[in-house]
Amino acid sequence: MLIFGAAVIINRNPVASALSLVVSFLGLAALFLSLDAFFVGIIQVLVYAGAIMVLFLFIIMLLDLRAEKLRKINWIASAGGVVVATALMLQIFSVIGKFSAAREHFPPLPGSTSDDVHRIGLLLFNNYNLPFQVIGVVILVATIGVVGLSRRES
Amino acid sequence: MVTLGHYLIVSGMLFTIGFAGVMLRRNIIIILMALELMLNAANLSLVAFSRFHVDSTGAPNYNAQVFVFFIITVAAAEVAVGLAIVVALFRLRQTTHVEDITTLKF
Repeated sequence: MLIFGAAVIINRNPVASALSLVVSFLGLAALFLSLDAFFVGIIQVLVYAGAIMVLFLFIIMLLDLRAEKLRKINWIASAGGVVVATALMLQIFSVIGKFSAAREHFPPLPGSTSDDVHRIGLLLFNNYNLPFQVIGVVILVATIGVVGLSRRES
Repeated sequence: MVTLGHYLIVSGMLFTIGFAGVMLRRNIIIILMALELMLNAANLSLVAFSRFHVDSTGAPNYNAQVFVFFIITVAAAEVAVGLAIVVALFRLRQTTHVEDITTLKF
């Protein structure tokens, strides 16, 4: 999964990048399933690998993007990016290394987790009812915004 | 045996890959994909912590999974708006290269 994640940013051809991203998301969904999060894993496959990636591929093909030709690379900026990313990774690793719970194994699950859709649904509509409605409004606004953006000025 | 730290390290590496993509790549669409990678890294650590905290009834802590659900929803909205902006920019400028779009550059 990490290999295909890296392939996303290494590939020059946007279509190859998008396909690597699909494989990376499928691997991530498998990790979610291994953590007994079946609902999230299936949502990951349906929404990310299904809907969002189709959107990406559609836009790439609509714009007819070719593999970008080699431009003059700004080496100082690239080196800066690599340095900052490496520093970030080292920092994350040192935080995880100091975090004592990170060395513990996962506790066993006595109960069944196959009803997690039911539990998440209850939680979503009881405790998180207001955020759920707000998220609905966010999607509505996004839809209106996309329609407004993609309308041709006449 | 897999510990919590393994998932956190994978999550951190995925986040770093996404971050490096945003910093290094110059194609707007690739940058949007790298943003997705970063959001998914956050999702992975949330789900790992959700599995780690087993409550008294023997179930994982589902609050984190509800949060992941919200993140996925917001990410979908963000991608839709972002790609619409990319299409509008492409119509105007015939490019998706960030160095060709410097109108706001000081």
